[in-house]
Amino acid sequence: MMYVIAGFAIWGLGWLLNLYLANSKWSDYRAMNIAVPLIFGLTVLLVWECFVIGFDVNPVFLPRPSDIVLRMAIEMPRLWADFVQTIVKGALTGYILGGMAAFAIAVLADRSKFLTSGVLPVGSFMAALPIVGIAPIFVKWFGSDWESKAAVVAVMVFFPILVNVVAGMRDTTSMQRDLMRTYGAGYWPTLLKLRLPAAMPFIFNGLKVATTLSLIGAIVAEFFGSPTVGMGFRISTSFGQLALDMVWAEIVIAAIAGTAFYGIVTLIEKGVTFWHPSQR
Amino acid sequence: MKSILPVLTIIAAVLFLWTLAVVPMNMHLTADQAQRSGAIVTPDTPVARKETNGIVLALKNPHLIALTYVGKRPNLPSPHQVGLEMFDTIFGKKITSKRSLVYHGWITLAPTLLGFAIGTLLGVLLAVGIVFSRVMDKSVMPWAIVSQTIPILALAPMIIVVLGAAGIHGVLPKSVIAAYLSFFPVVVGMVKGLRSPDHMQLDLLRTYSTTNVQSFWKLRLPSSTPYLFASLKIGISASLIGTIVAELPTGAKAGFGARMLVGDQYGQPILSWAALFAAALTAAALVGIISLVERGALRKMGMKPA
Amino acid sequence: MTQEPTIDAKGLHLTFETNDGPVHALQDVNLEINKGDFVSFIGPSGCGKTTFLRCIAGLETPTSGHISVNGLTPDEARRARAYGYVFQAAGLYPWRTIGGNIRLPLEIMGFSKFEMSERVERVLELVDLTGFDKKFPWQLSGGMQQRASIARALAFDADILLMDEPFGALDEIVRDHLNEQLLQLWARTEKTIGFVTHSIPEAVYLSTKIVVMSPRPGRITDVIDSSLPKERPLDIRDSPEFISIAQRVRDGLRAGHAHV
Repeated sequence: MMYVIAGFAIWGLGWLLNLYLANSKWSDYRAMNIAVPLIFGLTVLLVWECFVIGFDVNPVFLPRPSDIVLRMAIEMPRLWADFVQTIVKGALTGYILGGMAAFAIAVLADRSKFLTSGVLPVGSFMAALPIVGIAPIFVKWFGSDWESKAAVVAVMVFFPILVNVVAGMRDTTSMQRDLMRTYGAGYWPTLLKLRLPAAMPFIFNGLKVATTLSLIGAIVAEFFGSPTVGMGFRISTSFGQLALDMVWAEIVIAAIAGTAFYGIVTLIEKGVTFWHPSQR
Repeated sequence: MKSILPVLTIIAAVLFLWTLAVVPMNMHLTADQAQRSGAIVTPDTPVARKETNGIVLALKNPHLIALTYVGKRPNLPSPHQVGLEMFDTIFGKKITSKRSLVYHGWITLAPTLLGFAIGTLLGVLLAVGIVFSRVMDKSVMPWAIVSQTIPILALAPMIIVVLGAAGIHGVLPKSVIAAYLSFFPVVVGMVKGLRSPDHMQLDLLRTYSTTNVQSFWKLRLPSSTPYLFASLKIGISASLIGTIVAELPTGAKAGFGARMLVGDQYGQPILSWAALFAAALTAAALVGIISLVERGALRKMGMKPA
Repeated sequence: MTQEPTIDAKGLHLTFETNDGPVHALQDVNLEINKGDFVSFIGPSGCGKTTFLRCIAGLETPTSGHISVNGLTPDEARRARAYGYVFQAAGLYPWRTIGGNIRLPLEIMGFSKFEMSERVERVLELVDLTGFDKKFPWQLSGGMQQRASIARALAFDADILLMDEPFGALDEIVRDHLNEQLLQLWARTEKTIGFVTHSIPEAVYLSTKIVVMSPRPGRITDVIDSSLPKERPLDIRDSPEFISIAQRVRDGLRAGHAHV
């Protein structure tokens, strides 16, 4: 009972604290922009812990945050191995392969206006499909190790990146293109000096979307067959053993990995597209 | 519609490449089967054949090429095999039959639509909250953005089992997942949309002494329409994908996801492919419907898509 | 000394096919521009002045007639980098510094690194933007961006400069200043300049020859050889000579309209 009351109390306190901070005169400082959501997150964790204890929730449904942290500490080696298998070998490899293929096809298709106007609708269509459903097929073709996962990821990220590169290269004004013509610039100088730099905001948009897709692809694909290592594998087997804290531990790793990956791409984006109005 | 010809060309090209690829992909299997039926195959031992790749094998055994297109358990079903299976299970079976893709389609579609509706409604409400409350904006919005980078989809099958253990079956658990997946794109998109009117517009309303509520209905909400539709399209595909993944490794018996799994587990790949394509067509249809509504709504408002 | 005109147009016609029927952007345009001329094109919207400039630049193709630039076809001249073009908007690439933007044509044309830095410095000085080469376009005002755009057009020493309402988006004070600078630049570099404008005082102030055009169909109504001296302080705009030329331009514009 104590815990339940404590839980509500913490919730109230956290909310009030954030209410005060958000409406105070410091509310626009950088530190505040990090502090307020952190306080919110922390409050959620503490309330979660209190309610699970207070309401005596079955750990099969919802383990305590403290249990999860404990499990993470104990199982660090295994978690690391899973991370390398799924994220590094599966997701990253697929991301790079799919991205390079998409880029190459976009540049090829760009030489023909006919092709470009066909690629955009078809690509957007494919990007909306449940591509993850090809995972079992790829496991059959490429075996159950990380190669099939990388293949699934490559296909999943291919279409969003393709659509964004093609759209980005089209986004130059006729005035900019005319300027290139007055210099007698041919196709390749125009591509390298105008259209690719101008396309960067679009390209990074696609690359950011692709980070999440690559993680999802790699993990879900492992549900269909995996050697005894990998985040998807660990999630489904731990789940079968009712070791929910391990499941959550893997989810936390996935969350951190996903956010870090997205964050790194965003940082690179800031460097490359520093000139775009949205970054200034 | 100008892009119809290029789109058709690309689709034709893809179909052509697919049809060509069937031969090398299925050649090894076909060769094995043919040999068991007494045909002459070069090279004549499975061990030797394992070393050769599909294309070389096909060139050495041209009499087997046609057979690669009609195998029962192909590595790569040919387009016509998938097409026939789809036709058969969509039009050739009674809708209530457990073999009908229409039946499975509905099993998947119902939670998708329900979840999408819930997710969109809640998403819009949260977006309004974020735009009008500084506390919500600063505390919740960063998490909304971060949550898009977390592969929640990986949890889908678990959530189904947990809710199932708590006695909640059927449409509801899958709707929860679909709702979650469409929720965040809608929040992020609506917030962007509600904040899209430029300063000049907002200042104009201030000169009319408009209240916040009035400016919401008269300016912010209409301006956000293109962004809302863009997010709806993302949201509905996410909902569909979420529902299908939720149907996967949990012993689900019905729905597109279950069908794909069944085909894989029982060695009937054509079944899996047919289900996959049916799911793809459903996704296309759903996004297409939203696009049509979008075009009508935006035209009425004289706006362009976001 | 007779010389081949630098730009020679004979019987130029240009018709656009649109959904609403054919648009006669240029009809029977004949014009000779000699080396060192400063020619302004003035007229209401749709009179074909920009279209004509683009024909000279090889950015549009006439439906019939003949036009030569430096004795070559416009397309050949374009590929030989015979002219620099200045658009209505500065059109600087936001991901390059001012210096980087000026280097853009030089990189494409294959100048050496040493030559490039020397040229950048020289043209920045010509437009009075020394020291701004490491700044980015958005850090400059509209007038400065346009000056940078002019510098870019001067960087590769083309004989011809084609300018399409370059000062249209700027306020009058900046515009006056830039007009003066442009004249000084012209005196220093002795280029042949084609200049499109909406403004009568600007056309009369800057040019040695004023071409008055009118729309529907786009054609030349009058060609005025300016009698003003080459040295022109800004207050020449109040002189009676200036006013009479301006009056002639105005008459030409009105006559063009009377056609409609």
